Amino acid sequence: MSVDLTVIWAFIIAFGILAYVVMDGFDLGIGILFPQFQPGEGRNRAMNSIAPFWDGNETWLVLGGGGLFAAFPLAYAIILPATYPLIIAMLLGLVFRGVAFEYRWRDEKHRPFWDMAFMGGSLVAAMSQGMVLGALLQGITVVDRAYAGSWFDWFTPYTLLTGVGTVAGYALLGACWLIWRLDGDVQQKARGLAKKSALATAALMGAVSLYNVALRPEYAERWLTAPEVYWLAPVPIATGLVAILLWRAIGRGESSPFWYALGLFLLGMAGLGATIWPNVVPPDVTIWDAAAPHRSQVFMLVGVAITMPLIVGYTAWAYWVFRGKVGKEGYH
Amino acid sequence: MFESFDALLLARIQFAFTVSFHFIFPAFSIGLASYLAVLEGLWLKTGKAVYLDLFKYWLKIFAIAFAMGVVSGIVMSYQFGTNWSVFSDVAGPVIGPLMAYEVLTAFFLEAGFLGVMLFGMEKVGKKLHFFATLMVAAGTFVSAFWILSVNSWMQTPTGFEMAANGQFLPGPSWIEIIFNPSFPYRLVHTVTAAYLTTAFVVGAVGAWHLLKDKANQHARKMFSMAMWMAALVAPVQIFVGDLHGLNTMEHQPAKVMAMEGHYESHPDGAPFYVFGIPNDETQQLDWALGIPKLSSFILKHDFNAPIDGLDTIADEDQPPVFMVFWAFRIMVAIGLGMLGIGLWSLLARTRGKLYDWSLLHRAALIMGPSGFVAVIAGWVTTEVGRQPFTIYGLLRTADSASPLDAPAVAASLLAFVVVYFAVFSVGTWYLLRLMSAAPHPHEAGVKRGDEGPIRTAGITPGPTQNPGEEETLPQSVLVKKEDGQ
Ligand code: HDD
Ligand code: HEM
Ligand code: HEM
Repeated sequence: MSVDLTVIWAFIIAFGILAYVVMDGFDLGIGILFPQFQPGEGRNRAMNSIAPFWDGNETWLVLGGGGLFAAFPLAYAIILPATYPLIIAMLLGLVFRGVAFEYRWRDEKHRPFWDMAFMGGSLVAAMSQGMVLGALLQGITVVDRAYAGSWFDWFTPYTLLTGVGTVAGYALLGACWLIWRLDGDVQQKARGLAKKSALATAALMGAVSLYNVALRPEYAERWLTAPEVYWLAPVPIATGLVAILLWRAIGRGESSPFWYALGLFLLGMAGLGATIWPNVVPPDVTIWDAAAPHRSQVFMLVGVAITMPLIVGYTAWAYWVFRGKVGKEGYH
Repeated sequence: MFESFDALLLARIQFAFTVSFHFIFPAFSIGLASYLAVLEGLWLKTGKAVYLDLFKYWLKIFAIAFAMGVVSGIVMSYQFGTNWSVFSDVAGPVIGPLMAYEVLTAFFLEAGFLGVMLFGMEKVGKKLHFFATLMVAAGTFVSAFWILSVNSWMQTPTGFEMAANGQFLPGPSWIEIIFNPSFPYRLVHTVTAAYLTTAFVVGAVGAWHLLKDKANQHARKMFSMAMWMAALVAPVQIFVGDLHGLNTMEHQPAKVMAMEGHYESHPDGAPFYVFGIPNDETQQLDWALGIPKLSSFILKHDFNAPIDGLDTIADEDQPPVFMVFWAFRIMVAIGLGMLGIGLWSLLARTRGKLYDWSLLHRAALIMGPSGFVAVIAGWVTTEVGRQPFTIYGLLRTADSASPLDAPAVAASLLAFVVVYFAVFSVGTWYLLRLMSAAPHPHEAGVKRGDEGPIRTAGITPGPTQNPGEEETLPQSVLVKKEDGQ
């Protein structure tokens, strides 16, 4: 049997989305938590801790969108019109928060305004992303290779739940990042916030998982009947374990809470992927239906194979250059 | 107010609006990134502080312009799917991979090294920092390479096969797709456009400060550099534009007819219309004022060559003429104006009066924003001129759009207009404020307001985070500096 490039591409896209969710997740999370910090030192340090990275982090979103366009053009052409208002809201949210990184330092009089724009933009972007995820999971009406629902199909209690869940999860990542990169009072503050958002994340993850089983019969079948359940059961069990480790780490760890939070996201993604597999747009469009032709897949695979190691390399280098605690004045 | 607009027209307006806004920033940052690389390179080579000061001066401006380019660009990468889903589905197999290559080879490169370029001089040392600057500059160019390949393929599609379900599939050779017939011209013309745009901004800032203080060394340096660019690159741009036009005539004749305002065919020599009001209804150029036979000379290098007009093109395949005709004239007029400034500066230079002729400085100041007008006018010519197709001759714009209702698109368009004008006007205001501050010795780097520069304490508890402050310069550079510059 020849290697199925479509499956490889599904995993590459999943990797891109995961990388995005984790990396932009923590900086969007810092945006969401921003007003919790005092104007002045607290906020400045929180923002400085991500200033050199946010652009790189957001590039993964472009890769997610662009990669989907390239590898699964049909999925791209269905999902975006189906969630039109959410995508537009996300993009506008990202506009506000992206420019706030520069603007708040340029204009002291309006700094409170740009701080709110930073928070609001991050919140709207996170909420929209979570709701897009929910809208995808609950299924999209497709007729003749095109979206055939109405414009508010994406708005349901379920998508609200996934939206709020994503906000909580990003806040958790953000707080854990700050625990790692800050010290003193601000770090204590971040520990408190991490606790609250960890509780919220765990509760919402649980709720979404339960709702999933009720959402579509095929999801219930996958998660509740043998033999699939033996394959899948380790995911929720590992999630529970990581959640406990995370909770213990938040009180005293430095970088460990961040790594556990990251593990939580990885498992959550694995669970969701297993839920919809092998569809890319549930209920009917499989990854093979949506895939780009062989030649496109091969051409891009060459590009990914050559550039991805380089990208990971210099991204890691940039994180390395700006490692360590972010001080008030720089160093301690 | 939107009742009379259908979803298609709204989607077109939305795309044109967001992409035009987006392009303003790359037009500036492609040029500025290269300029910064040149400044840093000159500083490393000569050790003269003036280059470092200018580098830091423009770096602050670059940071803001780049942020605006990024956020408006992210909007673009989703616009294809949100508003042009049918187009995305059928063209995705061909252009999707090119755009994916743009992300992989350009956006990551820019973004990965941007942090180091803005904040990292202290941490990585001068050589690596220069390398980061070069990578950012290279990234902007590579980005232009891929996206213009995509756009050019839509203008002059080659190297594809049609599938039964209506999709465009890549043929055996990607080279044929990437290097489609209009791409080389478009790439060169657009990148030189970005250099000119930047040169005129830098020149205007230099001129402004010269008008206030002729002795300002920094203003002199940047004005002189910008005027060299104008004098050398403006003629190249006009030459390349001419080649571009000839290429367009070969592949998209209807566009050139619209640019020229030729509704009717001219069997023995066509006039070049300097003025006219195109009227698509009557298929006539009202109030036409033309120079006889000049158009034949420009397009065919022969005063008597016959030129076909739009009367040879079916009505439903004609582009709207008015916008194309006028946008083209605006671009060409600005091109000639830029050439004029370039020549004038050469004259001033040979007389040793480059820093003294305040009339020249005033003119350069007025021409500051002209590059932005020219690039937008150029794109309007290009894009409106290829209507009514998105993939030239093969896929109509009307068949490309998403199945969206007009109110949905109207609402998003309104949101984009309001947010873009608010956010980007404020950004432009900050840029102008930075530019109005005179460049001076010991220019600060990307400073973070009153709290001082951004700091991530790591290995080097340096005395300052300002790139290249005295203390961090090696001895050799300090010595050279003392010799005076
Ligand atoms: C500083 C900017 C600038 C300047 C001074 C000029 N152009 Fe230009 N022009 C552009 C910036 C630009 C552009 C933005 O880069 C375009 C849009 C798409 C493209 O390929 O380049 C363009 C398009 C464009 C096209 C359309 C090609 C097509 O759609 O197929 C033609 C024929 C010309 N140009 C010709 C000229 C001539 C004859 C000029 C000088 C007298 C000139 N341009 C000056
Ligand atoms: C380089 C990549 C680009 C691509 C792939 C692209 C693609 C498209 C597409 C799909 C449309 C929709 C058709 C329509 O609206 O009629 C369009 C229209 C348009 N684009 Fe582009 N475009 C690109 C660059 C630009 C740039 C940089 C500008 C201007 C600064 C621009 C200006 C326009 C305008 C003005 C229209 C509207 C034309 C009309 O509707 O009559 N485009 N383009
Ligand atoms: C419809 C067409 C376009 C799309 C979808 C698009 C997409 C994007 C995206 C997503 C970014 C942000 C990248 C990041 O995260 O760092 C960006 C920035 C950029 N784009 Fe575009 N773009 C388009 C048109 C163009 C054109 C026509 C050019 C140049 C000829 C261009 C040149 C650049 C450059 C140089 C940047 C770097 C950031 C900056 O300088 O502002 N883009 N674009």
